[in-house]
Amino acid sequence: MEMRGADVLVESLKREGVEYIFALNGGAAMPIFDALYDADIKMIPTRHEQGAAHAADGYARATGKVGVTLATSGPGATNLVTGIATAFMDSIPMVAITGQVATHMMGNDAFQECDVIGVTRPICKHSYLIKNAGEVADVVAKAFHIASTGRPGPVVIDFAKDAQLHETLFRYPDKVDIRSYKPKVDGHPRQIAKALELIHRAKRPMLYAGGGTILSNASEELRELAIKTGIPITVTLMGLGAFPETHPLAMEMPGMHGSCCANYAFTDADLVVAIGARFDDRVTGNLDRFSPNSKKIHIDIDPSCIGKSVPVDVPIVGDAKQVLAEMNKLVHRVDIEPWIRQIDEWKEKYPFEYRQNGDKIMPQYVIEEIYNLYPDATIIADVGQHQMWAAQYFKYTQPRQFLNSGGLGTMGYSFPAAIGAQLGCPDKTIVNINGDGSFIMNIQELVTAVTLKLPIKTFILNNMYLGMVRQWQELFHQKRYSAVDYHDNPDFALLAQAFGATGLRVERIEDVRPALEKAKRINDGPVIIDFIVDEEENVFPMVPSGAGLDEVIRGLA
Amino acid sequence: MVEERHIFSVLVENRFGVLARVAGLFSGRGFNIDSLNVGETDDPEVSHMTIVTHGDAQIIEQIHKQLNKLIDVIKVTDLTTENHVERELVLIKVKAESQRRGEILQIVEIFRARVVDVSPTTLTVEVTGDEGKLKAATDMLRPYGIHELARTGKIGIMRGADR
Repeated sequence: MEMRGADVLVESLKREGVEYIFALNGGAAMPIFDALYDADIKMIPTRHEQGAAHAADGYARATGKVGVTLATSGPGATNLVTGIATAFMDSIPMVAITGQVATHMMGNDAFQECDVIGVTRPICKHSYLIKNAGEVADVVAKAFHIASTGRPGPVVIDFAKDAQLHETLFRYPDKVDIRSYKPKVDGHPRQIAKALELIHRAKRPMLYAGGGTILSNASEELRELAIKTGIPITVTLMGLGAFPETHPLAMEMPGMHGSCCANYAFTDADLVVAIGARFDDRVTGNLDRFSPNSKKIHIDIDPSCIGKSVPVDVPIVGDAKQVLAEMNKLVHRVDIEPWIRQIDEWKEKYPFEYRQNGDKIMPQYVIEEIYNLYPDATIIADVGQHQMWAAQYFKYTQPRQFLNSGGLGTMGYSFPAAIGAQLGCPDKTIVNINGDGSFIMNIQELVTAVTLKLPIKTFILNNMYLGMVRQWQELFHQKRYSAVDYHDNPDFALLAQAFGATGLRVERIEDVRPALEKAKRINDGPVIIDFIVDEEENVFPMVPSGAGLDEVIRGLA
Repeated sequence: MVEERHIFSVLVENRFGVLARVAGLFSGRGFNIDSLNVGETDDPEVSHMTIVTHGDAQIIEQIHKQLNKLIDVIKVTDLTTENHVERELVLIKVKAESQRRGEILQIVEIFRARVVDVSPTTLTVEVTGDEGKLKAATDMLRPYGIHELARTGKIGIMRGADR
């Protein structure tokens, strides 16, 4: 049977098992929206394309499935760009579909025309331009395959309007075979043997696991490796939850605002086993001072990640889950008693801590109470000081329990991402920890959440500043607070109410817990609590940029 | 670290946008392109690119890996580390008044070059060879006055039966 290209697209998405499309309509995508009108894929219209892209991303992070977003040409497509780049930096599987002007108009500076393939080339894993309806099914199959396999990432499909309308036969490919794309998933047995030899010989070894362990669902295998060997482990911001932070071997997050223990461990270690982590600059600090005495084993599915910034002794290209499973067959306990004692001493001496400032609500206290009341919730943080406190003071125990824009650091990410996460995981409690600066950057999606009656709990740590930047200005720019003063913030509680959500404002310490308890009972729609916190509290520990991990500032005296 | 010159032979899908992806990879990551040549292979679905680049060992390794990572790239070979043949072609339009034409034709003969066009005041010469030969020929012709010069960029291929 012949059908329009737009209908082929929708049929193809159904074949890929797509539940939700996060979308915003517009001229060059109208045939696709028409095809979606009575299709059994749930369309979630957002109020800004950036919200749609982040929602698709949040859905993908929470569920492990491919998130799908759709926008029109030109401005619709450019509004997706931040969301695509966010997903790209964190290797999130996503398919972003954009309408494009008709083929005979392309290149003529037509109304709402933009070279989306050109604009998104450096921020997506791959992209396709569809000029003929006959290509649609094949392109969709390839796009989902590429987005979800190997090192995952966003794939862009730019779909010309005339091709959306042309009729063609629908035939979906049974399998995808791309001769130039064959990700290697099994680790080389000889490399694995070499790695095991180093592990068994090490005196001061540590595991360093990143977001790749979550993407490959390798959390079980990671736990087995750590527990079988008895090697202490640090998990990055992107990997939080891959190993339970409540376990005695856990050293918590490393890096700029990581634990002193993890940072000192890197500095003193004689072996670092990196698993699905990329030696990001926020983790390593000054590379010349980074873990100078250790051999490095690096397990990653992306060969270009290995040896990019830190020289590696034993590279293992493969999927973390499979490589760790192979290692676990042969690995045994290592005798590192003095090293464990040292780690425990660091942990004991330098926990994450803060000082109460008068009767102010300390932001860290709010996170502690969130953890006390919502220990099993999925936490979606935005970007800034609150993000670091959410990483430090909440103890994550499950993979996909902490979602955030780690690589690109996109402010405004979390609220729309929470929408996607809540739809993907309707039975989970979704807690959105936000800042006053970041919440307002995609506040329009409150409409979407209210309409869908999503019980997202948004807790704003409101310090009336662009806090992280203010902290840097305090420490490195002589308190010259340039463009960070947010004392003109609106009343977020009233604003939430205007959107039809529940809005509360909390200004006293004793009201923090009751407010969090109250939010627990509101499940027929979003609730926003604006916690007015200590304005000039800083995030510590801190490794200043350019410094080595051993030069971490533990706090202000 | 020491900078080295490397020649990559890259087989890619002969498809819209592939050149932009390869070029974008170099510009986006700050890698250098000394020359780049693209042409169809015997298989019309596959193009062959020869990319001459330079950098230290770590950069060269990254270039190799990043090229491999592009979805449309079928195969990457670092020819520098293999036994290979490389050639480049240059067209030189040289000033050639009638009294000097003889000397120029002698140079052309010495380099086994060819004259491909002629005008009352110029000769256009085609020279093929490796980098050294092209440089020598150009240097010899420069004193006569080079009007215009265009080169193809290097192409390279492995020696023997290997692909």
